[in-house]
Amino acid sequence: MNKETKIEQRHLESHKSTALSAGAAAPDFSLKSTPDQTVSLGEFRGRPIVLAFYPADWSPVCGDQMALYNEMLPEFKELEAELLGISVDGAWCHAAFSQNRKLHFPLLADFEPKGAVARLYGVYREADGTSERALFVINAEGIIHWSYVSPVGVNPGADGILSALEALQNKKEAK
Amino acid sequence: MKREASSIPLNSLTLPVAKRDHIQGPIDAPIMLVEYGDYECPYCGQTYQIIKEIQERLGDRLCFAFRNFPLINSHPHAQHAAEAAEAAGAQGKFWEMHDLLFENQEALDDEAIAQYAATLGLDVRRLIDEVLTGAHTARVREDFRSGARGGVNGTPTLFINGVRHEGGPDVLLAALMERGL
Repeated sequence: MNKETKIEQRHLESHKSTALSAGAAAPDFSLKSTPDQTVSLGEFRGRPIVLAFYPADWSPVCGDQMALYNEMLPEFKELEAELLGISVDGAWCHAAFSQNRKLHFPLLADFEPKGAVARLYGVYREADGTSERALFVINAEGIIHWSYVSPVGVNPGADGILSALEALQNKKEAK
Repeated sequence: MKREASSIPLNSLTLPVAKRDHIQGPIDAPIMLVEYGDYECPYCGQTYQIIKEIQERLGDRLCFAFRNFPLINSHPHAQHAAEAAEAAGAQGKFWEMHDLLFENQEALDDEAIAQYAATLGLDVRRLIDEVLTGAHTARVREDFRSGARGGVNGTPTLFINGVRHEGGPDVLLAALMERGL
């Protein structure tokens, strides 16, 4: 393990405990999804939400992660879930990134005040001025069902999200 | 089988190599290499060459399986290419088409695919019909889903005896020797 990874791990551990976990109410927010459109978490009440915090547009791992989720949209849809990407980049940056990568889901700008929503969810990295690479699956009632903080350099993939969404659907069917 | 949602990443295969897969080499070989790939992905193109060399070196000690993981928003021809390989498979020439596609990554539009089918002596009309009507779409999607469930997060992703290979293709041979032999 090199020095950087060690630092990153220590950093991660110090943050892991602060990330909101299962059972907590998902804090509401309103953020810009495009320069002239705003999205609120409350709008989606009634169906599961996947909230994917990532550190920055354009950095290669995020690109892969968002590209993967873009391809997974039919699966998320099948599980009746809505996907929202979120980073501290501004709406114009998101617009360019989204167009370049042909993303078909909203990217929210946690831009002003910077990282406010990441802080609410306990996944802001003070030292870097970005959010963690963190996933939250929020149920139809607005309660966090599952959360996961990945090392910043590692694409967490979609497996955990799918498992969480399937568990939600099984619960719904059991009712 | 149900797993705790919090236990990612699992990074192992969710769909075992079975009769459904296209394989090269004996199914009971000591080393099983599974690739999740995209015909239009340049890194998969490089990996294709490396795997060819490794296959030559390891011979019957290696079984190689290829599964589709087309990233269609980044690669506009990847889906049809994947389905064309499956359609060629339906006529008994999956690997021949697989090789041609990787060797001609710069030309993967439908016209080029029809040419490759003709080169291989396939029933071109049938192949194109199957691609255009989506006869193999479900199969390609099944590959994709199994990958997404197994920890595939980009292409190429390789699994050696069911465990995800974390290094690049340049250290693949070393990893195969270490893990499989």
